[in-house]
Amino acid sequence: MAKTNVETKPTETASKSGKIKEIFLNGLIFQNPILVLFLGMCATLAVTTSLVNGVGMGLSTTAVLICSNVVISLLRKIIPKEVRIACYVVVIAAFVTIVDLMLQAYIPFLSESLGLFIQLIVVNCIILGRAEAFASKNGPLYAAVDGLSMGLGFTLALCAMGFIRELLGGGAILGHQVLPAGAAMLAAPAGGFLVLGSLVALTQYIKAKAADKKKGGDQA
Amino acid sequence: MSLFELFSLALTAILAENFVLVKFLGICPFLGVSKKTDTALGMGMAVVFVMGLSSMVTWLVNEFFLIPQNLQYMQTVVFILVIAALVQFVELFLKRFVPALYTALGIYLPLITTNCAVLGAALINVQNEYSFIKSIAFGVFSGLGFTLAIVLFASVRERLEFAKFPKAFEGFPQALVTAGLIAMAFMGFSGLSIG
Repeated sequence: MAKTNVETKPTETASKSGKIKEIFLNGLIFQNPILVLFLGMCATLAVTTSLVNGVGMGLSTTAVLICSNVVISLLRKIIPKEVRIACYVVVIAAFVTIVDLMLQAYIPFLSESLGLFIQLIVVNCIILGRAEAFASKNGPLYAAVDGLSMGLGFTLALCAMGFIRELLGGGAILGHQVLPAGAAMLAAPAGGFLVLGSLVALTQYIKAKAADKKKGGDQA
Repeated sequence: MSLFELFSLALTAILAENFVLVKFLGICPFLGVSKKTDTALGMGMAVVFVMGLSSMVTWLVNEFFLIPQNLQYMQTVVFILVIAALVQFVELFLKRFVPALYTALGIYLPLITTNCAVLGAALINVQNEYSFIKSIAFGVFSGLGFTLAIVLFASVRERLEFAKFPKAFEGFPQALVTAGLIAMAFMGFSGLSIG
């Protein structure tokens, strides 16, 4: 996380796009909130019984994350240090309420299937974590990019989980039956832990492989 | 509320619909503070305490403030503030009056604010329109369910500490797979609901 925490001077316009690209790739891949940082586990495990739920949860969280990051970044010089966590929580809770009401009004089926977990975005550690680690130290533009990329990284991992569990558990993709219903257990709670465990193991395996290759390349 | 109803609520909240292993609430502390059995027990006790208390307070706030003012849509904001304030207050109170309990629970208390099990219990109480007594009971039983799960998990992890795993599974994935196996055992309770 250390890389993204560095305060940047807004005068360095030359490296601005480079910095944005770096923040973006960090959130999406290198610092993926679920697979690398292990944040926001509750939502990850609970709602990913299908691909649609994964996308819905991911995008709702992204929306809240971008808005809260920007607002907190704008307020970072006004909020006193001692009560900052409480202030962050109020900002986040306000945006969660907005998203919750919007979903109820415009996408009621999603709101129903995600249920409690929309309101529980408030206590999703990713959002508070980014507020504390990034938005409170960087300008609003960078904070927005960070929110977007972290949110998309979260969405990506949720989609992978939802896709695997829906396909292997129920034999369906986006509700269309493509395989005979298989291991129903993977769609059950226990399956959530197992699929996520395997995905993280895969990530660590790829990382180790990449590191090996790099080392080998340096020696040669 | 009859004794039978209470018993059935306890059975559901602790086993059949365990907060951690079936409903996926409070996963962060479940994975984070479960390396040793005694710290897991400390965390569990702190959660039971705060969940009972917060269920009580949020019920009162909802019934006597939010509903009369027609402000139900502010539930999320108000509840999280109430819980944060409550945790802070409990911490101060224990420090002043029950220092033994404070030293036992001390470091776990601040973590509880962001434990989604606490907010989850408060919201479930409201959604299911539980009565005052039932809300408190639900909070306490759910906390006990959390304690049961985290203590079981910690004792398994303690034994696995020196076990050999494939390299890719070392660390976090290993914990997740272990949790998955425990959750599978809890699936056996899923038919268990009476009353």
